[in-house]
Amino acid sequence: MPTATVPARPPYRAAPYRPAPARAVAECLVMAGRSLRHITRNPENLILAVVLPVMIMLLSVYILGGAMNVGRRYVDYVVPGIMLLCAGYGAALTAPVIAADVRDGIVDRFRSLPVFPSAVLVGHVTASVARNLLSTAMVIAVALLAGFRPAAGPGAWLAALALLVLYITAVSWTALGLGLLARSVEAASGFGFVFLFLPYVSSGFVPPETMPTVLRVIAEHQPITPITDTLRALFLGGSPGGDAALAVAWCAGLLAAGYGTGTLAFRRRSR
Amino acid sequence: MTAEAVVEATGLTKSFGDTRVLAGVDLAVQRGTIQALLGPNGAGKTTTVRILATLLRPDGGTARVAGHDVLRAPHLVRRSIGLTGQYAAVDELLTGMENMTLIGRLHHLGRAGARRRAAELLERFGLAEAAHRRVRTYSGGMRRRLDLAATLIAEPPVIFLDEPTTGLDPRSRQSLWEIVTELAAGGVTILLTTQYLEEADRLADRITLLDEGTVIAEGTAERLKREVGREHVELFFAAAADFARASAELGARVVRRDEPRRALTLPTDGSADEVRRILDHMAARGLAVARVALHRPTLDDVFLALTGRKKGKAA
Repeated sequence: MPTATVPARPPYRAAPYRPAPARAVAECLVMAGRSLRHITRNPENLILAVVLPVMIMLLSVYILGGAMNVGRRYVDYVVPGIMLLCAGYGAALTAPVIAADVRDGIVDRFRSLPVFPSAVLVGHVTASVARNLLSTAMVIAVALLAGFRPAAGPGAWLAALALLVLYITAVSWTALGLGLLARSVEAASGFGFVFLFLPYVSSGFVPPETMPTVLRVIAEHQPITPITDTLRALFLGGSPGGDAALAVAWCAGLLAAGYGTGTLAFRRRSR
Repeated sequence: MTAEAVVEATGLTKSFGDTRVLAGVDLAVQRGTIQALLGPNGAGKTTTVRILATLLRPDGGTARVAGHDVLRAPHLVRRSIGLTGQYAAVDELLTGMENMTLIGRLHHLGRAGARRRAAELLERFGLAEAAHRRVRTYSGGMRRRLDLAATLIAEPPVIFLDEPTTGLDPRSRQSLWEIVTELAAGGVTILLTTQYLEEADRLADRITLLDEGTVIAEGTAERLKREVGREHVELFFAAAADFARASAELGARVVRRDEPRRALTLPTDGSADEVRRILDHMAARGLAVARVALHRPTLDDVFLALTGRKKGKAA
């Protein structure tokens, strides 16, 4: 068969699809339903969301806590760090989840449907927020049992909750972006360890001033520190001051980077 | 390419790194027909389907599906197509019914509408009993049927099936073939890829043979077979002496001489007349033909002849 006339590389790109907002929202809700159902069907992640907070809390307060001198009761100091560790690690698990969707060809199926492209991703983020808020509730419950006595009023609680949701959302989107770029599910799950260890090199567990210079510099310039300091101030009845703006800025930055990478990679990535 | 072509591609090219996967593929699938894209692994079948299903951008060339350009209006293409990939793209953690309603609701059939349509299709594909079991417990054949059922939930007029029966047992393959035939009878346009010649022969109205990213032949199975050659008649002899004499008698007409089986193969046009003449000729010389067998070229022959010819030319 003659193939003499091969047109040059197509110069045009598709006009971006703009669905009616109501349709896009409905599609996101359907996908969120799928991801939420996965929470109950995939007990490993659920157990982790419940057990990890308990383990870390016991480890920090009862094993390490006795030796800690941070100027106040250690349990009051450490709760925000543990919240961020558990929520961050839990949200990072979104990376292997989306990588498994790619591996199983489900991403191909969704991409061939006339559906708002980000609906799958929004679904996963929704489930991640739900799962990690459950994890946060566990942290608070165990913390209260361990003697955590926050001085926060309703407004401060709401602000703390809002910041946590923002953090979980930001880490989830970052995880989606990296999960879509990862070459395998195993590689994608490696991302979780970043969020398991990052809180230790922050103001989450010990004051950065006590760290060696290199670690202190890292601790003072990474997102967990201002977010921890903001949460701690909110819980203990203080004012977070400039930390709050920095915390929100870090989250917004992560969110934007993750959303950009995620939606772009989703359009390209397939099995 | 006529105005009736529902799927048409011109000069599709695609490379992954240094590997050229498609080197200018032309394709036209007429409305309501089954077309098979046949070729060995690595011929470019899946890449072609992925481009047509808007999953992959071609490097060059154009493609239109259901009247819409796959690059300019992928969203409109997606409204008209259903894709069943090489790997059953179903959610293992959900039940069969949940998988179906998920896709149905993404198509905005509504909760009740999606459920009704899902129940219909699950019934039709023999999955009604397993509808509320998690897909993780399904067999390979059940997954493939569920995948196809999910593809059909919004009744797309064009369906791409990428190696729909690879890895299936003969019974599951048979039942999938029946479904595909029924769909085409209902007016659906189907482009399927396969490496099984039997499958293409059995299902497809037209066959496009793909090798190393190039279309090497196109037409009905009958035409492709005719292109390769004539039919052959094989004469079997009971006695070795008859075999030897017949072999000498027929001389250059024999295209294959099979000593151990005492069989001679001659070309024929396949008509009863010609076969009778050959047998009369043998009988007149007192040569006892014990048995005859007629051989029509198979698509295997076509494929080997065409790829062999092409490689021979290149060498």
